Order: sequence, then structure tokens, then C-alpha cells
Amino acid sequence: MAEVATADVSHDDHHHEHEQTFWSKYVFSTDHKIIGFQYLFTGIAMAIIGGYFAYVFRMQLAFPGSSVPFFGIVSPSAYNSLVTNHGTIMIFWVAMPVLIAAMGNFLIPLMIGCDDMVFPRVNRLSYQIFLLSAIVLIASFFVPGGGFGGAWTAYPPLSALAKYNATPFGAPMWLIAVALEIVAFLLGGINFITTAMNARAKGMRMYDIPIVVWMIVIASMLFMASVGPLVAGAVMLLFDQTLGTTFFDASAGGDPVLWQHLFWFFGHPEVYVVLLPAMGIVAEVMCTFARKKLFGYKLILYATVGLGILSFFVWAHHQFISGVDPRAAYLFTTTTLLISIPVAIMLFAYIATLYGGSIQFTTAMLFALSFLAEFLIGGVTGIWLGSSGTDIYLHDTYFVLAHFHYTFFPIAIIGTFTAIYYWYPKMFGRMMNETWGKIHFWGTIIAFNGIFLPLFFLGAAGQHRRIYNYQNFPDLAGDNMQDLRVFATISLVIMLLFQIPFVINFIVSLKRGKKAGKNPWKANTLEWVAPSPPPHGNFPDGMPEVYRGPYEFAHPDREDDYWPQNEPGNQKPANK
Amino acid sequence: MLEKLLPAASTYAKDIDGLFDLITYLVGFWFILAMGVFFYLVFRYRRKPSEKAQYITGETHKQKLAIEVPHYLILLCDIAILVLTFIVWHHVKIEKPPAEDEVRIVGQQWAWTFYHSGADGLLGTDDDIAKVNELHVKKDTVYHYKLESRDVMHSFSVPVFRLKQDTIPGRIIEGWFEPNKTGEWDIQCAEMCGVAHGIMAARIFIETEEEHAAWIAANSPNSADTSMIAKNETVLETQAQEDRSNG
Repeated sequence: MAEVATADVSHDDHHHEHEQTFWSKYVFSTDHKIIGFQYLFTGIAMAIIGGYFAYVFRMQLAFPGSSVPFFGIVSPSAYNSLVTNHGTIMIFWVAMPVLIAAMGNFLIPLMIGCDDMVFPRVNRLSYQIFLLSAIVLIASFFVPGGGFGGAWTAYPPLSALAKYNATPFGAPMWLIAVALEIVAFLLGGINFITTAMNARAKGMRMYDIPIVVWMIVIASMLFMASVGPLVAGAVMLLFDQTLGTTFFDASAGGDPVLWQHLFWFFGHPEVYVVLLPAMGIVAEVMCTFARKKLFGYKLILYATVGLGILSFFVWAHHQFISGVDPRAAYLFTTTTLLISIPVAIMLFAYIATLYGGSIQFTTAMLFALSFLAEFLIGGVTGIWLGSSGTDIYLHDTYFVLAHFHYTFFPIAIIGTFTAIYYWYPKMFGRMMNETWGKIHFWGTIIAFNGIFLPLFFLGAAGQHRRIYNYQNFPDLAGDNMQDLRVFATISLVIMLLFQIPFVINFIVSLKRGKKAGKNPWKANTLEWVAPSPPPHGNFPDGMPEVYRGPYEFAHPDREDDYWPQNEPGNQKPANK
Repeated sequence: MLEKLLPAASTYAKDIDGLFDLITYLVGFWFILAMGVFFYLVFRYRRKPSEKAQYITGETHKQKLAIEVPHYLILLCDIAILVLTFIVWHHVKIEKPPAEDEVRIVGQQWAWTFYHSGADGLLGTDDDIAKVNELHVKKDTVYHYKLESRDVMHSFSVPVFRLKQDTIPGRIIEGWFEPNKTGEWDIQCAEMCGVAHGIMAARIFIETEEEHAAWIAANSPNSADTSMIAKNETVLETQAQEDRSNG
């Protein structure tokens, strides 16, 4: 099988790397774990920038016109640029690198029991291009005219011509950064899919693969299948910006709406590209801490595939009122509401997994459970927007904004914290402090709801997005509404402050945390067979062999309440 | 439910609000049920030293029913929402009742210009009244609007009408509304349109028949305001042509 061949490739690499310097070990490494950490820490750094942007523009909304501490007065163009880049950063430079690239890199080889990615050098190239894309984006804030401010959806003609957007350098640089980021993830996606399909441990059948690996693989497939039109669109838009072509210029025969189709054809599957890895992470953590087999493994897997396919047929629900033929709304409302079926199946199966369990409330488990509760809010509020009738009113209001933050926050932030609290012992060999973890958890979750629940009401009262000062609109300037804005902003500041215990806990535990040992959570999957932290090559005691599925907790044939995948046993429990 | 947050001032606002309510009831039911089951399970199955977890695969037919039955029920709810959505959408965006008056709406960076039809109720005649950021309409009259943009995408949004429609440069988008409550409210631009998008505010004035007639009489076509707009428009068009030939 292919794992033999790949094992050779990367063994070559780590013979060299054993005596290497800091630079070659941590910066130019081909080790999947180091590349995973590079993505993780770059993602966290970008999250700090994105969070800072959110702080600045929320302060402006709560206290319009006053000087924001650590920023100053927020001008309209600065506001637009902050909002645009907050969205761009959080999707492309936080959710994607942390959930897909960092977790995919760190977990896939460990969980399927192989020593590295099948293309380690492609993997390294992927991170380097990603880093370059982040640098281009950050540089775009400092060029003349400032960063791009035409919203993260970048609708032309506004995004196409400097005379409209007033950012002659910011707009093309923004677009180049996004295109580079996409290239990085295409390279990464090839690696994830190939590795998971070809380099599995001996004995690991398709249905023995941990669900998080499946989720990252399916997400990578969705990404690769959906991103083509966006790349084509990005090149056309870049030509419009820099070479004077007129692909999106109606006055010269182009069509600005074309961009919306290309963008959202990618943009909607993209939601599921980041959702799936987070769902996978949550499944792993829930099974371990409920000591339960995942309820309906195959059902979840098939629902995921169905969800992935359906996600290609819903994109125009972002365009109900954008001037496309109104009859298209019949089709896209139908497909959009149908998406509730696979998502409901997945969520119900997750909730059913808790039935009959023995639930330990570790910090990781609290985050995993809160993911379900918060994502449920995000999921159900999508129905109001998916129905074209109510979308006429709610489109582009804060209702939309609150809805997708109730999906993306659980995905990108709660999902990431779940993963970090759960795999930290494996990543760094030590345990994080649980007390501080729980303080971080409650501070984050309560404050998060304090930010976004009021925004549903503001949206339902007709407040639109991307407006830097509501005092210009008499209907929106009332005290009641301003109080809600202030409440949301204060909640945001509290939530940001509650990240300090996390950062301190993370850093202090690196040195002072309790030693983790190989399998501190008594989990079944193969990463817990490797030492903590795993050395280059992952499994120094020999590559593991797999005898059973990943979630054989509390099996009646066994005294221990867990049964590692690699432990030889007389009975091979049927997977059915 | 929405009317508690914002008044409804068009005939179809109540249809959209009704659809909103239906979705709220159906979704609210499932949400509370799912959350209730979730929190019950989390509480009931918290770790107790005496109890070992149960071994349940979730792959037998009987166990799968626990997922299948609710998902068929959700499908039924989806269909109910779809049917009402189609009716509302058809009414608001597809089928237009016959026009009793017309208005031409032009968006540009960063203002709305409203061309009222004037006394004769027809657009494109001499008595048209153009106003910047002020839309005057008569209660209980079916208006057809024609929506245009001079530069980038804008979105014509009148929250009290529950109406929103993007503008696209190079196209004329048609639609309708019928105001049914007098008063004065915001018109917002709902699509990011550049630096001053945040101050692209306009007002709608919904007037009784007498008030509206008085307003028309007071705003004769040759007033200073209108000629200024005509001049402004010429300047903009020349500018646009220059840009095209330069760029």
C-alpha cells in the first residue's frame, strides 16, 4: 500500500532534520505537526488583529464620533475598511487556517496512524504561500488610500474601480491576498485528501476513520470543487482593477451581477468547509467525555455528504433581492430550506450521543456542548433568511449579521478552543489548567451571547449593516436602540478581556502544566498511542495497527470503559 | 411580531410579518424542544461513579427512528414555510397590481434622487418633480417604481414597507408598493456603496391625498431645486463619459 512509499519519503526528511537549527526545525520544517503549529499560531495572530478591528468598530457604533482608545477617531472610510477586513480575516485567515490547515495537519497523520503527510514539501509550500498572503493583506492597510473597504463580498463596480472605492492600492492587494490564500489551501487540500485515502494504518477501514478526519477530507473536497469559479472571478476582477478590462462594467457590456454568482457559488459551500471540521472536532470530544460511541456514525457521514452536495445549489439565496430574475427565488428557497434536513440529522445524532452517557464536564467538553447549543441558534435563525419572503425585509440587516455570527463564532472560535483544550496535552505534552479553562469558558460564552442576542432585535427593527453612524438615520437613532448597541459593545470588550486567562494558561502550561502522558483522556483514537508530544515520525514504538472503530467506549465485552483502536482483541466488534 | 419593533406602512408588510410569525412559531417549537432535550440529557447523564455509560451504536433500525421521525416532521414544517413563502414572494416581487402612480428612483454615490410623476401621474413629462433624498407618496395608491444606479450597486430599502431591492448600474429594475399609513420614515441604502455609504440616508413622506396635492402644487417643475438636479445630472453624465473614454 501507499503508506510504505510515503513513509520512505518523510523518513528521508527527518534524518536530515534531527541535527537542525531553530530555523530549519521550526520555520522550514516539513513535519506535519510543525506546519500545523505554524498555521495555528498564524491563525491566532490574525484572530487578534480581527478581534481588534471588531473592538474598534463596535466602539464607534456604541459611542459614535468619540475617540476610540488604542485607535483614535474612526473615519467613515476607516470604518468600512475595518468591517471589510474583519470579515475577510476571520473567514480566510482564522477559520480556514486554524480549523482546516492546523487541525488537518496536526490530526490527520496522527489519527490515521502514519508518520507524515504524503507530500511534506507541498505542505511546507502551502504554509509559505499562506504566510505571504497574510503579509500582503496586512501590508494593504498601510498603502496610500488605506485598506479595501468595499465589504468582504467585494461587489463590483465598487470593488473594480478606484474612482468608486477610493482605495487604488488596497483593493487589488486585498484581492491578491485572497487569491494567494486560496492557492495555499488548494495545496493543503490535495495533501489532506491523498493522505487520508492512501496512508492509513494497517487494518483501518473506511468506517474506522475518526469522524474529524472524514470531515476535514469532505471539507477539502468541497473547497476544491467550489473555489474554481471564485479564482476565475478574482482574476477577472483584478484585470478590471489594474488593466482596464470591463468584465463587470455594465457600461461596456460587462455584468456586475456575474461576480455575485461566482463569489457566492464559492461563498456558500465555504460555510460548510469551515463548519465540517468543527463538527468533527466536537464529535471526537463529545464521544470521549460522554464515554459513548458516536450515535449513528454512518448516518452522520452520509448526512455530511448530502449536506456537501446540497450546498452547491443554494448560493443565490444571498441574491434574492439583488436583481436576479425573481423566479429564481422559488428554486433557491427550496434548496435552502432542504439543507435544514441534513443539518438537523447531524445535530440530532450529536444530541442522541449524550443519551446514556457518563458526561465529564472538562473545559473541552463544555466548549463542545456549547458549540451545539450556540450553533443551533445560528442554524435555526437561517430559516428566516432562507425564506425569500422574509429575506426581503431581513436581507442586509443585523439579523443576518447576528445569524452568521451564531454560526461562525461556534465554528471558528468555540471549535478552535474545543480542539485546543482537548489536544493541547498531545500537542505540547502537558495539561492545561482546568480552573482557568472554566473561567475562560464561562466568560467567553456568556459575553458572546451578550454581543449577538441584542443584534437580532436591532436587525428585526430594520437596522442595516455596514453603517458607521446610526445617528444619521432618525428611526435608528433612538435611545432604546443605542442602549442595545452599547450593551453589545460592552459585552465584546468583556469577551476580549476573558481571552487573557486563556493566553496565560496556554503559555504557563507549556512549562508548568502537569505532564500529560500518552493518553490522559482515556480516548481510543490513534493519536493517543503516540508519545506526547509526538516526535518526528510520530510512532517511535512502531506503526500502529487498527482492530476496531474509533468510538468503542463502554463496550459490554470489556472491563475498561474504553478500547483503543490499536489494541489487539479476540473479538472484533462488528461496526454495525 | 415585527410591528412591535417597527410600524408597517405598506399593504404587503402584513404578509411578510405573517410569514415571519409562522416561521417564528415553527422554528421556536423545534428550537425549544431540541434545547430542552439537550439540557435534560446533559443534566441526566452527568458522570456518576456508580453508572457506566451505555453501549449504543445508533445503527439499529429502532435507534435510527429517533432521528428519522423528527426529520420527517421537520420536512413537513419546511413545506409549510415554503408554501407561504411562495405566496408572499409572488405577491411582493412577481405579480404587480395595476399602477396608479409611478416613481423613478436613481441611486448614486451617495444620494437618492426621486423623480415624482407630478400632477399628471406620468413619468417623463414636463411636470415631473425631482427631489434629492426625499420621497413623497400618497397613501392608498399603488406605485410602480423604476430603480436605477448611476455608478455602483446600491439597495433601496424602506423598512416600514418591508421592501428592499438592489440597484444595478446598466439596468432598470421594476417593482411596486402601496403605502397604507401616513407618516415619515427612513429610507436606507442597504448595499455597501463606498466611503459615505453610512450617511446615504433619505426620508419617505407618506401623505394623505390633500397633503400630497398641496405638496405637488408647492413644488412646481421649474423650481430652483429641480433645475439644480438637471444641471447636476448633466455634470455627472459628462464626467462618466470622460471616465469611460479615459479608462
